[in-house]
Amino acid sequence: MSVSLRIIKDKIAGRTMLVLTVLSVLLAVLIGAGLYLRSAPLLESHSIWKLLFSSEWKPMKGEFGFFPYIMGTLWVTAIAILIALPLCLLCGIYIHEYAHHRIQKVIVPFVDLLSGIPPVVFGVWGVLVIVPLIADHIAPHFVEFSTGYSVLAGGIVLAIMIFPLIISILLEVFGTVPKELKDASLSLGATQWQTVKHVLLKRSLPGIIAAAVLAISRAFGETIAVLMVCGNVADVPHSIFDAGYPLPALIANNYGEMLSVPMYDSALLFSALILFVIIFLFNAVSRYVLSRIEKKYA
Amino acid sequence: MTDNPHISVQNLNLYYGANHALKNISINIPDKKVTSFIGPSGCGKTTLLKTFNRLHDSLTDVRVEGKVLVDGENIYDKGIEVTHIRKKMGLLSQRPFPLPMSIFDNIAYGPRIHGTRNKKQLQVIVEQQLRDVALWDEVKDRLYSPAVRLSIGQQQRLCLARGLAVSPEIILGDEPTSALDPKSTQKIEELFLQLKEKYTIILVTHILRQARRMSDFIVFVFNGEIIEFGPTEELLLNPKEELTKDYVKGFLS
Amino acid sequence: MRKLEENIFKILMIIASALVVGSFFLIVFTIVKKGLPAMNLDMITKTPERGFYIGKEGGILNVIIGSLYLALGSSLLALLVSLPIVIYINLYLKTGSWLGSVTRLSYDVLFGIPSIVYGAFGFTIMIYFGLKASLLGGIIAVTLLVIPIMIRTMDEVMRTVPKELLDASYTLGATRLETVKILLRQSAVGILTAILLSFGRAIGDAASVMFTAGFSDNITTSLTDPAPTLPLAIFFQLSSPIEEVQARAYASALVLTIIVLLISISARILTKRFSKNKI
Repeated sequence: MSVSLRIIKDKIAGRTMLVLTVLSVLLAVLIGAGLYLRSAPLLESHSIWKLLFSSEWKPMKGEFGFFPYIMGTLWVTAIAILIALPLCLLCGIYIHEYAHHRIQKVIVPFVDLLSGIPPVVFGVWGVLVIVPLIADHIAPHFVEFSTGYSVLAGGIVLAIMIFPLIISILLEVFGTVPKELKDASLSLGATQWQTVKHVLLKRSLPGIIAAAVLAISRAFGETIAVLMVCGNVADVPHSIFDAGYPLPALIANNYGEMLSVPMYDSALLFSALILFVIIFLFNAVSRYVLSRIEKKYA
Repeated sequence: MTDNPHISVQNLNLYYGANHALKNISINIPDKKVTSFIGPSGCGKTTLLKTFNRLHDSLTDVRVEGKVLVDGENIYDKGIEVTHIRKKMGLLSQRPFPLPMSIFDNIAYGPRIHGTRNKKQLQVIVEQQLRDVALWDEVKDRLYSPAVRLSIGQQQRLCLARGLAVSPEIILGDEPTSALDPKSTQKIEELFLQLKEKYTIILVTHILRQARRMSDFIVFVFNGEIIEFGPTEELLLNPKEELTKDYVKGFLS
Repeated sequence: MRKLEENIFKILMIIASALVVGSFFLIVFTIVKKGLPAMNLDMITKTPERGFYIGKEGGILNVIIGSLYLALGSSLLALLVSLPIVIYINLYLKTGSWLGSVTRLSYDVLFGIPSIVYGAFGFTIMIYFGLKASLLGGIIAVTLLVIPIMIRTMDEVMRTVPKELLDASYTLGATRLETVKILLRQSAVGILTAILLSFGRAIGDAASVMFTAGFSDNITTSLTDPAPTLPLAIFFQLSSPIEEVQARAYASALVLTIIVLLISISARILTKRFSKNKI
């Protein structure tokens, strides 16, 4: 009898865990649906075209144009990835191909530690170091006046925040390139850099793109650090020294406070929905690509 | 050969996805004897061994057709409960895999699962099994230290003892000496020869000399098929099939 | 010519690596330089007096305690939810199963969802249940945020548990439920690492607690009290014109950085040291 009891226990546990697993997978769907339902009132009363491309943001009058916020997000994200990707590629190649074992052992842990630093600490650092640096030393060469609180400051801080993500994925991707392939290139008389260029980078291209896309989506949703250094002016930025107001900052600054204004709550959850959908898609595609790469060369 | 052997395989086919890995296998394994599966690597001998206690269950893409009768019961029947079938067999794998716990707990793991809770009883079982595999004197002072600290050879004997502790009828050995040094190998081989009085033993090996030393019967597997099955000396010295002849010649001449 | 190109890129690579590593040191240096002068015994043993945004007296004890409660609560809750899931996909599902791949992919994706979205979603749940910003609300939102970290970290370790080890247990007639013990023991280090990493993320995240955990000058004593947290203390007090209030922000940043670095370092040591002793 004890045999069957053991087996029944096993089966019940299995079923319970199955239900929990499936439910948890549905969490993504649940978040999407929840955000959609809450932003539905806004979507019903406003055309999506106008929401995305109008610059009129007058919550009291029921006008919600997200264009400045979307542009703010795009500016900081673009600056961040333009700074981070080349640096990380160089750093990743150095760690993987050039650095002595002992140097590897020094660099990699620090990249790891960097990834653990909380966003708000990056924000503090941005306020204390980057913002004054831009205001006093960089901006004066280009424009008449900048407070330093700018999309450039946001981009720089974000770039550093996404270093660890990009580098760790790059190292994984580089690791899947067979050594024989590189040896073949080297034995044909190619220099190490030529081998990197023609073999390593070429073979890793899908992985590099996936890493970049993941980094973009991380930058896209980062809130507090950007909020602290970006200036938060709801105008479309025209130069890197202009202030910007990215979507996550919009939510963080206003949500939970002005719920008495009609539609305001819907509008803010709509911006959360935009973030969610874009990041979800970016992540799903790049993670899928990465898992395929891993499987292929496992 | 008895009429109702412990293990009887009937028209067994196994597919890994599209790969037809075992083809139409039928064999009665002789009771209380050592039967060795030999053949080149990748021929399917280990796969065949693992079908006996359904260790392919945790893989997707594996399809099994036909019957494996253990004590007359088809273990691939729907609704069959796999745990009591597995309990009937002890498995020794290529590398020892001690459970992440103490030496004592490794042996007591099986009996505990099957309902023995009494501390005294467990102590008796543990000592008995460790004596049976000639490990008792080496470990009696450190029964409660982690099993991973034993040498590989000791670990393999521990794994054997662990399997014997649930009183199986059959012992499956999947190249159990391939990771061991010559001395440990010899110990395991001696143990197997002692154990065959009480157990039906099936051994997968790629070492023909070992098969010859150890076994009463040999099964030659090639490309997923049983080519030849017979008493050890007969099969090795007078193979009937050309394939067997070629394979054996390379090693014994 | 080839040699020149080789050398130029080598120099660029070294500069890039130095920038990456240097940025870490620069950040830590800045935080320590600003935080250390602000640090004194009162700072970590007193709560702020006459309002955290104006009052010049008092310290950040309420914030430290609130953060610890929140991070501890959400890590434990997340562990409770995550364990059955990773056990299921590693033990009950067949290797290469469809559900397993879907689950892993969806946690990879959920891992990338920004904390502000979890915060906003958590807040809508709270409104739905009529919950006010409180420790409980914060724990719910942060739990959602750290579950993917927990699951991914534990899964990574459990996938390396040799199949033969689990087979050894099955061979003795154990059920899968009974074999859970073997899986957990073999991946104990991974589970501990997962808890540490989740704790580190939970204590450092601001956007998810912004609307859900609330803020107050007092020490949190129950689940329904607001829970002031380090990241928000930094964020709110940094922009104050009053120096003493800013000092509390710097001190909070220093405390937070120290906690998080200690956690990262111990997680690293843990994985380094113990992964060797396994089979």
